[in-house]
Amino acid sequence: MVHWSAEEKQLITSLWSKVNVEECGAEALARLLIVYPWTQRFFSSFGNLSSPTAIIGNPKVRAHGKKVLTSFGEAIKNLDNIKTTYSKLSELHCDKLHVDPENFRLLGDILIIVLASQFARDFTPACQFAWQKLVSVVAHALARKYH
Amino acid sequence: MLTAEDKKLIHQIWDKTGPKHDEMGGEALFRMFTAQPQTKTYFPHFDVSWGSDQVRTHGRKVVSALSSAVKNVDNLSQALSELSNLHAYNLRVDPPYFALQLLSQSFQVVLAVNLGKDYTPEVHAAFDKFLSAVAAVLAEKYR
Repeated sequence: MVHWSAEEKQLITSLWSKVNVEECGAEALARLLIVYPWTQRFFSSFGNLSSPTAIIGNPKVRAHGKKVLTSFGEAIKNLDNIKTTYSKLSELHCDKLHVDPENFRLLGDILIIVLASQFARDFTPACQFAWQKLVSVVAHALARKYH
Repeated sequence: MLTAEDKKLIHQIWDKTGPKHDEMGGEALFRMFTAQPQTKTYFPHFDVSWGSDQVRTHGRKVVSALSSAVKNVDNLSQALSELSNLHAYNLRVDPPYFALQLLSQSFQVVLAVNLGKDYTPEVHAAFDKFLSAVAAVLAEKYR
């Protein structure tokens, strides 16, 4: 089980309370598709992904980004039980979606950068540490049921 | 592969952040040491606390090398040749892509903190590609 210090939990939850899940999720997913274009292979049904502008404006990308980040919120509500929280999603990503778990790490790094650009100096090094730990734990949990 | 547009964005952003370059390197290193503690294993001889002179001086070295890379973006292998030798034969930051990618992440966080909305998805993509290219050149001679 992952150990979270009181400070780490505080840094995560207090920042999270200021996050607009819809906007942040949309931006993170859009950036994943722009910065690492090969990830578009998982979203062939999403329509126009032909340019950064198209991706950013794509309503399916926005909606899915919101979905992904809302799910992230579940991890934050259950910091002491992330493995169980993501058990079914892990199976889904392996068996149905066929996503290489490396992509979870990429999305995690992108989310960190989105948070940094939004919160600027409030995204302190200590904050970055807590969040890098969180995205790493989430990525690990999502990869756990792969076979 | 860096497109002409990528290079333009990189130059623009590098110029724009010019006044902050002095601090940015140190901050990137400090964030990397804090967020990814395993990177400290390469600096056992350093005081890695916030404001440390060693971190600040080393940060300036890193930024100066990146400035040279930005200026010579069409010929990274040659511009970074000495540093490439150093990392391959001397420093041996291992594994080559992985550890340097951690510095890339922290450096981009510093850019994002300083630029906010101006660290657009297009700029983000350009810089991510650029820092990957730099890391690849530094790892070129590993074996």
